[in-house]
Amino acid sequence: MNDILPATDLYRAELLQFERDVGGSAPVWVQQLRQAAMARFTEMGFPTTQEEAWRHTSVASLSERPFPLARHRCAIPKTELEPVTSWMGAGCRLVFVNGLFSPLLSSLLPLPHGMSAGSLAGALGGESGLLESHLGRYARIENHPFVSLNTAFLSDGAIVCIPPDTVIEEPLNVLFVSRPNGRATMSHPRTVIVAGPNSRATIVESYLGLPEDLYLTNAVTEVVLAENAVLDHYVLQQESSAAFHFLTLAVHQDRHSTFTSHSLATGGALARSEIHCELADEGITCILRGVGAVAGRQHLDMQTQIDHAKTHGTSQQLYKGILGGHASGVFNGKILVRQDAQKTDARQTNNNLLLSEDAVIHTKPQLEIFADDVKCAHGATVGRLDEEAVFYLRSRGIGVETARSLMTYAFGSETINLVTNEVIRDRLAELLAQWIAQTCGRSFSL
Amino acid sequence: MPTPILEIRHLSATAAGKEILRGMNLTVNAREVHAVMGPNASGKSTLTHVLTGREGYEVTGGDVRYQGKDLLAMPPEDRAREGLFLAFQYPVEIPGMKMMQFLKAALNAIRKHRGLEELDALDFLTIVKEKMQLLGMDPDLLNRPVNAGFSGGEKKRNEILQMAVLDPTLAVLDETDSGLDIDALKIVASGVNSLRRQDRAMIVITHYQRLLNYIVPDYVHVLIDGRIVKTGGRELALSVEAQGYGWLEKQAREGTAMP
Repeated sequence: MNDILPATDLYRAELLQFERDVGGSAPVWVQQLRQAAMARFTEMGFPTTQEEAWRHTSVASLSERPFPLARHRCAIPKTELEPVTSWMGAGCRLVFVNGLFSPLLSSLLPLPHGMSAGSLAGALGGESGLLESHLGRYARIENHPFVSLNTAFLSDGAIVCIPPDTVIEEPLNVLFVSRPNGRATMSHPRTVIVAGPNSRATIVESYLGLPEDLYLTNAVTEVVLAENAVLDHYVLQQESSAAFHFLTLAVHQDRHSTFTSHSLATGGALARSEIHCELADEGITCILRGVGAVAGRQHLDMQTQIDHAKTHGTSQQLYKGILGGHASGVFNGKILVRQDAQKTDARQTNNNLLLSEDAVIHTKPQLEIFADDVKCAHGATVGRLDEEAVFYLRSRGIGVETARSLMTYAFGSETINLVTNEVIRDRLAELLAQWIAQTCGRSFSL
Repeated sequence: MPTPILEIRHLSATAAGKEILRGMNLTVNAREVHAVMGPNASGKSTLTHVLTGREGYEVTGGDVRYQGKDLLAMPPEDRAREGLFLAFQYPVEIPGMKMMQFLKAALNAIRKHRGLEELDALDFLTIVKEKMQLLGMDPDLLNRPVNAGFSGGEKKRNEILQMAVLDPTLAVLDETDSGLDIDALKIVASGVNSLRRQDRAMIVITHYQRLLNYIVPDYVHVLIDGRIVKTGGRELALSVEAQGYGWLEKQAREGTAMP
């Protein structure tokens, strides 16, 4: 325990300071939630590689140096964001800098008809009944240190609410920009998305930082889909290559709802993303897809957990990992099929492409099945570029580096090609192509 | 004077340390179509691999001039850019890479090498669709991944499409007839015939003479034990079909066959 406590103490001291700063202004239930979370975090401490779920991801370096909380709003000119927002068009967006809402950079008009969206800080200052019934219900503090840490520092993030029977075509963008000002800071953005019965919407979360900047982002997003709701959720993780990034996406689905998650992750010195989906009723569909591409000394950890609780549920997972340089990766996909979840159809695929001799991937499916009439399939592959195919391209006049870049893109784009929204699909394709051009040193035309 | 496009002189090559080609000679001029026939393990595949620069084959003697240049010194992509094209016996499937992206990248790499402007998507599509029409191919194919899920006939036709688009000076067709039914064979052969030109040469490598009913060669060579043992006109292919390779193999062993 001795190696854990000092780090926890650092965060505890930071929390006391945080409470002195803003604590009293929050509703009582929020204060209680934060306190319970800090108490729980203090008990647990940061996970060690002795724990199965963290075996290949060491967060020891977090305890080596403090990350003070980013407290002050940092002004960045709107033009600076343009390269990462221009693809969004005129659509509305919520922008957070160092975890704090930036009204100047955000544009909420025109908010898609019927949707309500804004900052958590703003919502906590007003009537927060709806929030109280959702916040902390899906991302539980009990056994997850990073969720408890996020909850302990809970103060701002995005709140999105789609009313019943509403279809919203235009995607809503939520951006979390980290801009440490001279010293490494941390932020704990908390997002809550409530999709009403029979609603349909698309939400894109982007996590962004400048290359080389050192900071810690520990984000938690809670999503609840009511009966028949359809939600497409995207995560574009482009943190700085020196950053620490943790994201826990906790999804609760009601009867006949459909949740689709797409992610593209290229950032972070150490990045871990967890998706926990609770398929709480019958006839639910849950689709998780993602591509992670890392190089240098980056470490990328992808954890999924799907809990089939009732009958006729469908889950499909397709994750692609591309690892170059000395990068390491983890994929851990857990599927739980409870006794009442008969007729479940659960599929999981994880394919990995190693671009160098020194890249490493740890992939593990984890199936726990307690029902007897179910279909569960999983497959994991680890491979290198198909040299036969590289030769085929070269025999057509394509240079060897371009051939490798094209092949790498072909591998990663399988998930991207499944994206139905054209604007988002093109952006994902562009980001993957950019990463490949930077990593493999050869650009190509899409 | 005929213009030589390819001159293979005393070419010897090994695969995995085993000698396959043993001093092979072959000259191919512009306009000509040459058929290279031979039994299994005679060196037909090794010849295509050496010509296209595939790894795993070592040239131990002789040389290959292509339009006067040292072909063997070029990496595979430069050979293609200089106008050498191989229609693969087993075209590779590339899941995730669309035909459109693949073929456009190839054509533009070759155009760039030849000092031509690179084509944008629209100009490219115009060219490709015209060629596809000639070969009776569905333009939807351009949105499908390269060869993935293609039937045997579609794969072979796709090779000929690439040949039509990339406009080679020398095309090598490696067992293009294998695995094709007679209807598919006719379509592929008529595609190839439409590509015969004054300034282009072709080498058709085949085990059976069936293909040569449709692609009529100017010369037929029989390759045995890594050497061309007999050269003739189309009638040589017919004798091979009627009598098999046995008599030629026997002659080759006894040293009586004349090239």
